[in-house]
Amino acid sequence: MTAISEVLIAALLLIGALLSVIAAFGVIRLPDVYTRNHAASKSATLGVMCILLATFFYFLVEDGLFSSRLLLGIAFFFITAPVAGHLISRAAYNSGVKMWDQSVRDDLKDKNR
Amino acid sequence: MIETVLQLSLLLLAVAMIGLIYRLVKGPTIPDRVIALDAMGVNLVSITAVLSMLLGTSNYLDVILLIGILAFIGTIAFAKFLEKGEVIEHDRDQ
Repeated sequence: MTAISEVLIAALLLIGALLSVIAAFGVIRLPDVYTRNHAASKSATLGVMCILLATFFYFLVEDGLFSSRLLLGIAFFFITAPVAGHLISRAAYNSGVKMWDQSVRDDLKDKNR
Repeated sequence: MIETVLQLSLLLLAVAMIGLIYRLVKGPTIPDRVIALDAMGVNLVSITAVLSMLLGTSNYLDVILLIGILAFIGTIAFAKFLEKGEVIEHDRDQ
């Protein structure tokens, strides 16, 4: 394994792990469901995509293995994680979960209620 | 070097998992818990990828795709249950 590929893989791994930690801290600290969902869906998705890309490069450099399953996994997470976040946020709004009491704007308030 | 980075990122992912478990236990509403479970599934995929690099085997790469699909289906089913009260509607029976 050459030095430059090692540095690339290590950087992608550290970025992905730090983004996962940031997502977890956002889920702990933010005030209501919608902001927590914002933190969890965006940051965790980018983190897992960075780590899967690092895994792909690792097996490509180490074993000469071109793993199309990892590329498929990256594409799958990129497509489905925001959809899951949107659906769970919509379910929370429609089942009447309150927003944070300092929120200033609710565009859906007087729509078909 | 790469070994140390792998162990460090495994530690960071474990810290993230503990934070999500805190939200899963405490979360005031049901959607909070579903969000925490979904993010835990995503974190589990990262842990599987890092472990497969640490163990030096490429046989766990199927597990990554499988956990992703299962977490997505579970979250969709929970969201539909929370919104409509049932997961699979049977309108045609009536």
